Amino acid sequence: MASQGIEIRNLYKIFGPKGEKYIPMVKNGMSKAELNDTYGHVLGLNDINISMPAGKIQVVMGLSGSGKSTLIRHINRLIEPTAGEVVYEGVDVCKMSKSELLQFRRHKTAMVFQKFALLPHRTVLENTLFGLEIQGVDRKEAVKRAERWITRVGLEGFEDHYPNQLSGGMQQRVGLARALANDADILLMDEAFSALDPLIRMDMQTVLLDIQQELHKTVVFITHDLDEALRLGDQIAILRDGAVIQKGTGQDIVLKPADAYIADFVKEVNRGRVIRAETVMRKGQGGDQSVPKSALLETVAKRLSESGADEITVVDDGGQPVGVLSLHDVIGAMVTPSV
Amino acid sequence: MVDIPDYLTTFPEMSRTELRDLKKGVDAAFRGFSRTYGEGIENFFKPLLHFLVWFEKLLLATPWPLMILILAGLVWLGARSWGLVAGTVAALLVIGYLGMWEDTMFTLALISVATVICLLVGIPLGLLMSKSDRLQAVITPVLDLMQTIPSFVYLIPIIMLLGIGRVPGLIAVCIYAIPPVVRLTNLGIRLVDKDVLEAADAFGASGWQKMFRVQIPLALPNIFAGINQTIMMALAMVVVASLIGAHGLGSVVLKSVTNQYLALGVMNGLAIVAIAIVFDRVSQRFGKRMQKHMEVVHG
Repeated sequence: MASQGIEIRNLYKIFGPKGEKYIPMVKNGMSKAELNDTYGHVLGLNDINISMPAGKIQVVMGLSGSGKSTLIRHINRLIEPTAGEVVYEGVDVCKMSKSELLQFRRHKTAMVFQKFALLPHRTVLENTLFGLEIQGVDRKEAVKRAERWITRVGLEGFEDHYPNQLSGGMQQRVGLARALANDADILLMDEAFSALDPLIRMDMQTVLLDIQQELHKTVVFITHDLDEALRLGDQIAILRDGAVIQKGTGQDIVLKPADAYIADFVKEVNRGRVIRAETVMRKGQGGDQSVPKSALLETVAKRLSESGADEITVVDDGGQPVGVLSLHDVIGAMVTPSV
Repeated sequence: MVDIPDYLTTFPEMSRTELRDLKKGVDAAFRGFSRTYGEGIENFFKPLLHFLVWFEKLLLATPWPLMILILAGLVWLGARSWGLVAGTVAALLVIGYLGMWEDTMFTLALISVATVICLLVGIPLGLLMSKSDRLQAVITPVLDLMQTIPSFVYLIPIIMLLGIGRVPGLIAVCIYAIPPVVRLTNLGIRLVDKDVLEAADAFGASGWQKMFRVQIPLALPNIFAGINQTIMMALAMVVVASLIGAHGLGSVVLKSVTNQYLALGVMNGLAIVAIAIVFDRVSQRFGKRMQKHMEVVHG
């Protein structure tokens, strides 16, 4: 299944009765606070431009009030934009008619919610096949597909349970199964794991990464947790006050934070799990031990300390040496530089 | 003593002639309306009358043991409780033994038909109300009026339009009994969790799909509370309805009031109570059974 990317262009959202009226002022640099104080309108999104890559996980990170949940709701138009485009497969979602939008939501997108939003009156099985039922898929076929996904997320045997019989982690597995059963290219995850406790959250992240390795969906993942963003995100966009303040890979953000706000964020990050060998390697070659260039520093450090060698060779996908790392280099890169 | 001026002690009321003309004018206008449309309205309700009469005859023609068996079966289907079935059978046997079988069948017919009408009109009305704030703003005061205005007051125009008989009685019962099911259907739909509705939207559910697959199922506890209240209020109206020609236990109570028959009045009153308890318990348990997902909770 070839997924397509999502292009978000010049997207604005101003909450309030006359949002469009204030677009020019916001374009001329009016701040969120000024708009709110003077005109009583709330600036939700301010000139968002993001190319979300096909078949990859795009993380949108920000604290509460940054507009991240508003942004994800523009992709399936649960919220109407004030101005701008959301283009998927060459079509602007914002211009779709009501029936086109229903079809788009039924077949192209699936969503997982922070508070699970399961149907309390339906069993796990009935919840999982909800999207298929809406699509009008034949009941037998729907049950078959739903059962497959229930098994895939590890809920076999719980088909006839009601949501309130399940723990939070299990409920979100149902949420994930419901979304995956839809067989949509786009998977929208709105703080999907934020309500879960840390161990369960790690667990669910693993489930997601496993599934993604197999399916290569275009995933948009919203979170306020930087560790989660770095673990899951092929690409990360950081949102603040409704505007994107940095885009890039996890490494980009950790190594070159765009401003003090982000620098403050990444201070506590375990760099060994973000930075890759190729980013910090020196020219040259050393020892007969080798690691792939995409290896995380933590892995490199482990290899070095286990083998007792001073240096290790970094090799590319073809096994050709491209650089060298010493334990000294690795530890230096893993320590957060003091500002 | 302070002298209070006249204009403060006597209310500046309308002159007697004006007031009389006003009342006469309203009465005449309604009489005119009733003369013009009375027959049409009566014809409109004819099928209802035929149905009610047919249903009464059916209940009366059914042999009593079979009737008890059927009612016991319905109670079992609704409530799944042997205790309630036993109670129902006992109550019916006592009612029959004390000579109230026929009147009880009349009352059962009236209440059943009134309830069905109330639900057929009330639930869709409640659904519409939940969709439109404007409609809610219009209907709510009407429901308030229907619930607070003394029922004798709306008996007058009903009699003027339709005379005395079964249908006027039925309509009086419905006017009084319909508000709870309308209100609670509206409330139930409005209280459905916004997150769940958003999820339904995200999966591309159409308005109808949302209504029938998400909103109504989740509003059922409230809708059932409304149905239960509607039945109870219908039963509370049987005596008043007998004033304008409804048959059954209510009319016997009315006769007892006018003739000071204490025992007869109490007996028939208690028969109404017995029916009320059965209806109440059955509808409550049925509503609860439809909500089995609420009973089991994750530890």
